[in-house]
Amino acid sequence: MKDSVEKENLWLGGVRPMVASYGKLMMWFFLMTDALTFSAFLALYGTHRFLHSDAWPIADEVFNHFPFLHGEYPMLFVALMTFILIMSSVTMVLAVHYGHQMNRKKVILWLGLTIIGGLIFLGSQAWEWSHFIHGTYNGSIQLADNSIAHIIDDSSIVNNGDTISYANAQILLDNSKPIYGANLSQNEYGHKTFAQFFFFITGFHGFHVFSGIIILIVIFINVLKGTYEKRGHYEMVEKVGLYWHFVDLVWVFVFTFFYLV
Amino acid sequence: MAESNSTRQIWVVFWILFILTAIEVALGIFKPSFMLTNYIIGVTLLNMTFIVLTIIKAYYIVGTFMHLGHEEKSLQFSIVAPMWVLIPYLLFILLTEASFHGAIG
Repeated sequence: MKDSVEKENLWLGGVRPMVASYGKLMMWFFLMTDALTFSAFLALYGTHRFLHSDAWPIADEVFNHFPFLHGEYPMLFVALMTFILIMSSVTMVLAVHYGHQMNRKKVILWLGLTIIGGLIFLGSQAWEWSHFIHGTYNGSIQLADNSIAHIIDDSSIVNNGDTISYANAQILLDNSKPIYGANLSQNEYGHKTFAQFFFFITGFHGFHVFSGIIILIVIFINVLKGTYEKRGHYEMVEKVGLYWHFVDLVWVFVFTFFYLV
Repeated sequence: MAESNSTRQIWVVFWILFILTAIEVALGIFKPSFMLTNYIIGVTLLNMTFIVLTIIKAYYIVGTFMHLGHEEKSLQFSIVAPMWVLIPYLLFILLTEASFHGAIG
């Protein structure tokens, strides 16, 4: 009986399609389109990496610093960032969980920890960017043909994996200039599109984290004020939770395709 | 009872994600040589492992943290199906065009 009534009303409104509320459904569809945007960025990154594979920097050699430690520690800092974001995803899902139980105090605790995790992640990203922009102490040289070379000793340079003596590289060296660090027009570590993609993709992701933190803070204030207690449900926490997990999900892919592959 | 069950599931997924990430980082640092010399469909075994582990992580994040595993079948398919169609298509188009420039086989 109930079934047939629901079927009759299906096209008249009042029925939740896919048994999810309007807000949750729209959040899902937004995230789906956003996922396609990010996959387009990463696919384009892959294309350019194949196109310039001879001059593409190896991420391990670019991002190998750790705060307060001297020496080279490839992967370690970015692994820590990944861990922080996964951890903040766990605290978020716990906040959603206690929201279902209308446990305001626990929601405040876990939502607060999620915001702190997000802020630590953004700070780490700022540190990583600043290191990449400033570059190494010695820098490298941009040759006359715009390719990047490193000086290895007093008599030779390395250019795209080939060791060339000064004498043979004279023409290229004549119009060369030293470069330090990376920005949108030059990159001491290799092809400049690497730097452009790095800034664009991690920047776009970082902006998602930033806006996620802003939304979390708004929701956090509402939880403190007891808005959702009055409303009778914590679905808003669930919706912002979906967004936050998505940010974590994107980072999992950025981590793989920028730092590992 | 229901409470302890679902929080336990959250922590189980956390440990799965943590261990998979740790494996990825360890492989990324040590880069075992047999994984660099063996190829699966034109991709080194190492990179293929990274991609597979990443997709497993994505499955757990979307399925458990985002709760999609417990939603209606129709919602699951309307989110996941466009991805499975459009992303491989995009990769196919872009990587084929890159090979047109002589960059990849």
